[in-house]
Amino acid sequence: MIQAILVFNNHGKPRLVCFYQRFPEEIQQQIIREIFHLVLKRDDNICNFLGGGSLIGGSDYKLIYRHYATLYFVFCGDSSESELGILDLIQDLVETLDKCFENVCGLDLIFHMDKVRYILQEVVMGRMVLEINMNEIVAQTEGQNRLEKSEGGLSAAPARAVSTVKNIGLLEIPRIINTGDLNIKVPNPSQFV
Amino acid sequence: MVASSSSLKLQDLIQEIREAKTQAQEREVIQKECAHIRASFRDGDPLHRHRQLAKLLYVHMLGYPAHFGQMECLKLIASPRFTDKRVGYLGAMLLLDERQDAHLLITNSIKNDLSQGIQAVQGLALCTLSATGSAEMCRDLATEVEKLLLQPSAYVRKKAVLTAVHMIRKVPELSNIFLPPCAQLLHEHHHGVLLGTITLITELCERSPAALKHFRKMVPQLVHILRTLVTTGYSTEHSISGVSDPFLQVQILRLLRILGRNHEESSETMNDLLAQVATNTDTSRNAGNAVLFETVLTIMDIRSAAGLRVLAVNILGRFLLNNDRNIRYVALTSLLRLVQSDHSAVQRHRPTVVECLREPDGSLSRRALELSLALVNSSNVRAMTQELQGFLESCPPDLQADCASGILLAAERFAPTKRWHIDTTLRVLMTAGTHVRDDAVANLTQLIGGAQELHAYSVRRLYSALAEDISQQPLVQVAAWCIGEYGDLLLEGSCEETEPLQVEEEEVLALLERVLQSHMSLPATRGYALTALMKLSTRLHGDNNRIRQVVSVYGSCLDVELQQRAVEYNTLFRKYDHMRAAILEKIPLVERGGSQADEEAKESKETAQLSEAAPVPTEPQASKLLDLLDLLDGPSGDAQHPPPLDPTPGGALIHLLNLPCAPPPPAPIPNLKVFEREGLQLNLSFVRPPGTPTLLLITVTATNTSGGDVTHFICQAAVPKSFQLQLQAPSGDTVPAQGGLPTTQLLRILNPKKAPLRLKLRLTYNHFGQSVQEIFEVNNLPVETWQ
Repeated sequence: MIQAILVFNNHGKPRLVCFYQRFPEEIQQQIIREIFHLVLKRDDNICNFLGGGSLIGGSDYKLIYRHYATLYFVFCGDSSESELGILDLIQDLVETLDKCFENVCGLDLIFHMDKVRYILQEVVMGRMVLEINMNEIVAQTEGQNRLEKSEGGLSAAPARAVSTVKNIGLLEIPRIINTGDLNIKVPNPSQFV
Repeated sequence: MVASSSSLKLQDLIQEIREAKTQAQEREVIQKECAHIRASFRDGDPLHRHRQLAKLLYVHMLGYPAHFGQMECLKLIASPRFTDKRVGYLGAMLLLDERQDAHLLITNSIKNDLSQGIQAVQGLALCTLSATGSAEMCRDLATEVEKLLLQPSAYVRKKAVLTAVHMIRKVPELSNIFLPPCAQLLHEHHHGVLLGTITLITELCERSPAALKHFRKMVPQLVHILRTLVTTGYSTEHSISGVSDPFLQVQILRLLRILGRNHEESSETMNDLLAQVATNTDTSRNAGNAVLFETVLTIMDIRSAAGLRVLAVNILGRFLLNNDRNIRYVALTSLLRLVQSDHSAVQRHRPTVVECLREPDGSLSRRALELSLALVNSSNVRAMTQELQGFLESCPPDLQADCASGILLAAERFAPTKRWHIDTTLRVLMTAGTHVRDDAVANLTQLIGGAQELHAYSVRRLYSALAEDISQQPLVQVAAWCIGEYGDLLLEGSCEETEPLQVEEEEVLALLERVLQSHMSLPATRGYALTALMKLSTRLHGDNNRIRQVVSVYGSCLDVELQQRAVEYNTLFRKYDHMRAAILEKIPLVERGGSQADEEAKESKETAQLSEAAPVPTEPQASKLLDLLDLLDGPSGDAQHPPPLDPTPGGALIHLLNLPCAPPPPAPIPNLKVFEREGLQLNLSFVRPPGTPTLLLITVTATNTSGGDVTHFICQAAVPKSFQLQLQAPSGDTVPAQGGLPTTQLLRILNPKKAPLRLKLRLTYNHFGQSVQEIFEVNNLPVETWQ
C-alpha cells in the first residue's frame, strides 16, 4: 500500500502533498521536512530507496524517490510494495503529466496543483495503483476538463464579464475581452499562463 | 452576487505568494487572502465557491490552517456542477477525515453521486470513498459499490473494484459481498479492472482461509492470464520499457505466491510458468527486473521444484553483482527474506554480500550488515567477524550500535574459543565502546571471570588498552574490574600469550587514579576504579599509603555513591584491617550472576543478610523474610528451580545463612498454552536468564494427542520492530500421533528497550491430509517475560 506521495523542490517547498493516512497538519509539515532532509543527503549515484523517516512509520515503511532536475518525487510505501515497481510508477506518472500539460515543467506543477492532483487520482487511488495506461489517463483527464469548461462557459459568463470590465486598463493582455455574448466560447484564461 | 473584486484567482494567488520575499510577507499575503475567503464563505456566494476552496486547499498544502473550509466542501459536493464537485471532493479528502463530525454528512452525497449516470462524477465519489471512507460509510454504501462492479463502463468498474478493497480493509465482514463477483471479473480484458480484481482477490485471500481455498481453484486461470501477458508481443498500450503491464504481472505473481504457499497442487500448476517467466524476462530494463524479483520471491515461497529454487537463488546472486545499485538493494532485501528458510543457498553468496558492506551508499550497507549478521555460523565466524570488525571501524555512527551488538551476539553464539571471544569483545569495545549494549560490561566480566586460564592474558591486554585510552567507558569499567581482581597476575611479569610487560606497582596505581580523576569517567566508572584500588591493597606487596590517601580523599566526594564507598573502605583500613584480606578475596566463579551481585554478596557477609534478596526482580518487598520464603518455597514445573527450603521461620534463617554467594534465581514464569486444534497443542515455556535482563528464551513445544501424524510442521514467529528475534532450528518437523515425542523449538528474544512483548505465531502443517495455516497473536503473555 502506498501511504504518501510527495513532490517538493530542491529547497523543500511542497508542490504536491498527498497523504493516505491521516496526520494533523503540523505533523504533515514535519514529515515533509524530515523526508526532505533524508532525501537531500543522498548523492545522485546511489540507490533510490530509503527506510521511512521516524515520523511516518519508521523502518516498516520505505521511501522510494526520484530526482528530476528541480523536483523530488517521493513515494512512501509499506513492505508490500515492490521498490522497482514504484520506480517505474514514478516515471509513468511524470510521463503522464508531460502528456497532459504538454512538456511539463516545474511551473506547471506550481500553478496547477489541483489539476495535478486530479491526474494523480487517475493513477493511484485508495493507496493502490489504479491505472498505468497513459492514453486512458490522458483521455479521462481531457474529458473531465471539457466537462468543467462546458459548465464554466455558461453560468460564469456574466460574472466574468463584470470582472473583465473592471480589469480593463491592467496589463493582463492575454485575457480576451468578452462583451457578454453567450455564443462566443470563452477560453479559460488560466490556461494561458 | 458579485465576487469581491480584490479576491484572486488561484494562479494569481500562487503568483503573489511566490513574489513574497520573506516568510513574514508570505504569511501576510496568505492571511489577507484567507480573510477574503472566509468572508466569501460567509456571504455564501455559490458561483465562486469552488475557486475560493481551491485557493484554500493550496494554502493548506503550504501548511496553513484550513478547517473553516470544511462545510464548504459539503456544499460543493452537493452542487450539481462537476466543477464544484471536483474541488469539493478534493477538499473532503484533504480536510474531512474520520475524526471530523462533518465527515458522515458526505455519505448521502456520495450515495447520490454513485447512482447517477455520469462516469466522471461516479469516479470522484468512488475515489473519495476509497481514500477516506469510514467503517460506517463503507457499510452503508457497500451495496452501491457492488452494483457498480457490473457497470458497462470499464472506468467505473475499475474504480469500484479498488474501492471494494478499501471497504474490506475497513469492514472485513463485507468480504461476503465482494467475493462472488470476483469470478466474473477475472474474465475481464481491461487491464485496469483486472489489476483491481487481482488486488481484491489478494486482499480476500489474506484475510480468510476459506477465501483462500475458494480461489485456489482459479490458479489455472491466473496462470493462463499471466502466460498471455508474458508471451504477447509488444503492446504499446500497457507496456513499460517493452514489458507488458509489469504492474499486473507483479500483482498476479503475488497472488500466486499466496495461493501456492504450502499447497502442493497449486505449486505444481505454477511451476512451468514461473520457470518460463524467470528465464524469458528481459532484464535490461527496470520493469523486467521488477517482474523477475517477484518471480524469484514467489518461487522461494511456494512448494516449487528443487531445480527451480536453485535457479531463483542464482538469479539473486547474479543481481548482487549488477552495477545498478537499485538492483543490488532489492537483491539484498530479497536474500534477507530468504535467509531463514533457505540458509545454505544464501550462504553461497556470502562473499558478495560482504563486499557490499564496503558500499558508500548508506541504504545498501545497512542491508548488507543485516544480511551478514544473519549469515554468521560456526564455520565462518572467524572470517565474518574479521570483516564486520573492519566495517565497524569505518561505518557511519547510526549503524555502529547495530553492528556492535550484532558482533557481540554472534561471538556469544559461535565463539570457537574463550580467548577468541574475549579478544573479539575487547576489540569491539575499543572501536565502538559508546555504542554497545548495557550488558556488554557484565557479560565480559563474567566471561573473563569464568576463564581462569586466561586471567593473566586478559588483565595484561586490558591494562595495555587502558593505558592507551581511558575514554571508552565500557572498556574502562571492565579494565578497572580486571586490574582490581587480578592485579597480582599483572605484576608477575610472565605470560606466554602476550609480550612480556614490565609493570610497576606505582604505574598501576597511577593509572587507576587517572581514571578516577578524569572528567570523561562516568560515576559508575569511578566506582569501579575505586573498588579496584581497594582490592589492590591486598594484591600488591608495597605499602598501602598511596591507596589509603586516595580513599580518604574521596571520603568527601560530592557524589554520594562514591562517598559512601570511600567512607566504608576507609573504615575497613582503620577499624577492620584484620578482615580486609578476607573481604577483598577473589570472587568465586558464579553462574551468570553478574559482577554487581557478586559485590553485594561479598559485602553482605558483614551487613544484614537480607540485602541478598535485592537481586530477585519480581518481589519488591523481599525485605520481608516470610515473603522471601514464599518465593523460594513455590516450585513449578520449570526444571531450573532450586530445591525448596524448609518452611519454618527459624530453620529458614539458618538456611539463609548457608546460602552460597549466588543469588537465588528469580521466580519461574508460568508456561502458557497458546494453541490447540484437533489434538495438536502448542505450549510456550519461558526462561529469563538472570545475568542478561534483556534476553528471553522461549521454548515452543508441540504435542499431538490425535490419531494422525502432523507433518511438515513449521512454526514462525514475529515480534515488534524494537525486539531482536532468533529462531533456532526445530527438533523436527513431524509431531507423531498418540502423544508421541513432542517437537521443540527455541526462540531467543532480545528486548533492549524493555518494551511490552508482543508475539505473533504462524503455524503451517499437514494434518489428516489437509494443510493448515494458522496465524495468531499470543495473548496473556505474563508480565515477567519483558519487565
